[in-house]
Amino acid sequence: MGNRAGGGPLIRLQLKVLRDMANIVHAEGAAAAAGQAPVLSINNIEVIYDHVILVLKGVSLDVPQGGITALLGANGAGKTTTLKAVSNLLKAERGQVTKGSITFKGERVDTLNPNDLVRRGCIQVMEGRHCFGHLSVEENLLTGAFTRKDGQAAIANDLEMVYNYFPRLRERRNSQAGYTSGGEQQMCAIGRALMSKPTTILLDEPSMGLAPQLVEEIFEIVKALNDNEGVSFLLAEQNTNIALRYAKYGYILENGRVVMDGEAQALRDNEDVKEFYLGVSGENRRSFRNVKAYKRRKRWLA
Amino acid sequence: MDILYNIFIDPFVQMGNAPDFLLQVLWSGFVGGTLYSLIALGFVLIFKASGVFNFAQGIMVVFAALTLVGLYNLGLPAWLALIATIGVMALLAIGVERVVLRKLVNQPDIILFMATIGLTYFLIGLGESIFGGEPKKMITEELGLPSGSTSFEPFGGLVIIEHLDVAAVVMAIVLVTGLAIFFNKTRIGRALRAVADDHQAALSVGISLNQIWAIVWFAAGIVALATGIMWGAKSDVSFALQIVALKALPVLIIGGFTSIPGAIIGGLIIGFGEKLFEIYWGSLLGSGVEGWFAYVIALIFLLFRPQGLFGEKIIERI
Ligand SMILES: Nc1ncnc2c1ncn2[C@@H]1O[C@H](COP(=O)(O)OP(=O)(O)OP(=O)(O)O)[C@@H](O)[C@H]1O
Ligand SMILES: [Mg+2]
Repeated sequence: MGNRAGGGPLIRLQLKVLRDMANIVHAEGAAAAAGQAPVLSINNIEVIYDHVILVLKGVSLDVPQGGITALLGANGAGKTTTLKAVSNLLKAERGQVTKGSITFKGERVDTLNPNDLVRRGCIQVMEGRHCFGHLSVEENLLTGAFTRKDGQAAIANDLEMVYNYFPRLRERRNSQAGYTSGGEQQMCAIGRALMSKPTTILLDEPSMGLAPQLVEEIFEIVKALNDNEGVSFLLAEQNTNIALRYAKYGYILENGRVVMDGEAQALRDNEDVKEFYLGVSGENRRSFRNVKAYKRRKRWLA
Repeated sequence: MDILYNIFIDPFVQMGNAPDFLLQVLWSGFVGGTLYSLIALGFVLIFKASGVFNFAQGIMVVFAALTLVGLYNLGLPAWLALIATIGVMALLAIGVERVVLRKLVNQPDIILFMATIGLTYFLIGLGESIFGGEPKKMITEELGLPSGSTSFEPFGGLVIIEHLDVAAVVMAIVLVTGLAIFFNKTRIGRALRAVADDHQAALSVGISLNQIWAIVWFAAGIVALATGIMWGAKSDVSFALQIVALKALPVLIIGGFTSIPGAIIGGLIIGFGEKLFEIYWGSLLGSGVEGWFAYVIALIFLLFRPQGLFGEKIIERI
């Protein structure tokens, strides 16, 4: 099972070594770009579901302190799996990190429980919001403070802070979360995560199923949180366009591998990214008769 | 025509002729109903928080009562036996969480269900080997529960209210109110409801499922102990009680597996229903209606309203 790259064992090994080297270079790239030690660093991890399904095949990435880092890729590329590997939610889905390591604030975290990690300041906002439908919006927010031990006053303070970032949540504070709109639920999910006083948020597809205007609104708030509260973000997105506008650095994931990474601006200017992720392309590139483009396409979509 | 008369007219004529007796029947149905509600409540707590269909809930009622009486018979004073029993229920909750739930998390529901069947037989064996299998008398007076009765004379008739029954109802109300406050007003209660709504999301915000499960099993254990005391006081403490405890199942089918109000109302429906039916219609069907009435009602519900009266509304919204 697993590695479909084919070839003999030796070739596979060589490929792997090359890949690892490339990954190491990538990792250094991002940290260097931020000019400081990363708060979160994933080193060449492999993830297997159900003991047989190999989904991540050596992913490495760094999230610098105080930055917004984008993790891009198509459906099934492995973005969610990467985030869950960090937050340790994988175990609840019979997934397992079988190789590599994950460090948060310089400490290995791959064997912790999700609540340990939340306590240390790293929390995931899951894809599809996952608000507690039968709890009110305010109760949802308060569940985010479950791991905190710093007292009612501090929690009330942060609740106020969340309401200031998301005034709409204040209006809906007593509504059952299940009956609020998709945008409000996304805000509720982010607000709930904020209530844990995180230093790093793993944000999975906040744009999913939302109108463009609302997506913009939510990204503005993410940016504000990053600027004002100093929260670092690892942002998994299919919406490459908006993600690269707000992120400083980006990684592109394909089939469980990082195939490219760089400064957000550089990625936006990259011809391949333009064509395959941003949906803009030069004149001839759509044609298969253009050999160069065809080869490139083959490489991306393989 | 006779039979129609016997079914549709005669019982009501009887009720009208002896309203005091009707009141007496309703009261005893109410008392039985509150106890059914309590058993079902313990079940709902566990089902909501962990999705486990806890077959052992009925046995937990017996086990708790047996432990209490057994410890008293070993020489502990009643209040100490009560506290020790609460401790035993806490240990049981922690044990179940450690040994069963934690190991079997993510396994299919049926496996967890089987595990609770295993737990049932484990508890029966444990209870019997420590305290013996013969029926015992509940230590009603020692626990300070009232005895005696008061009679009323409404409609020129006679209604007798046992003080013990009043105590059972009061205790049920206190317990349910306490749980409601716990669920709605405390941090742990909120986390419990969060877990019931969405396990994954609860995990993601740092709620420890292990902790919540242990707490829920403990709460269910306390409810079982309260039910065991009251039921034991009305009959004897023995494993035969589990037959009564099994009535939780029809109560749940009527009330919905995930609803606490459903458990309460389902319990009352069964309690009132079986008493009224037994007294006023029982002679038509031979006696022993109380034994099967609940299951027939449950069957009817399964046919026409399988989610129960209060099956949790699934909120669908993108
Ligand atoms: N619990 C699971 N068991 C088995 N396979 C899984 C599981 N979860 C995800 N996968 C597989 O892992 C691969 C990566 O999935 P993942 O959810 O990480 O992708 P993604 O990049 O987040 O995609 P999307 O943009 O659609 O959310 C997919 O092929 C998916 O089928
Ligand atoms: Mg995903």
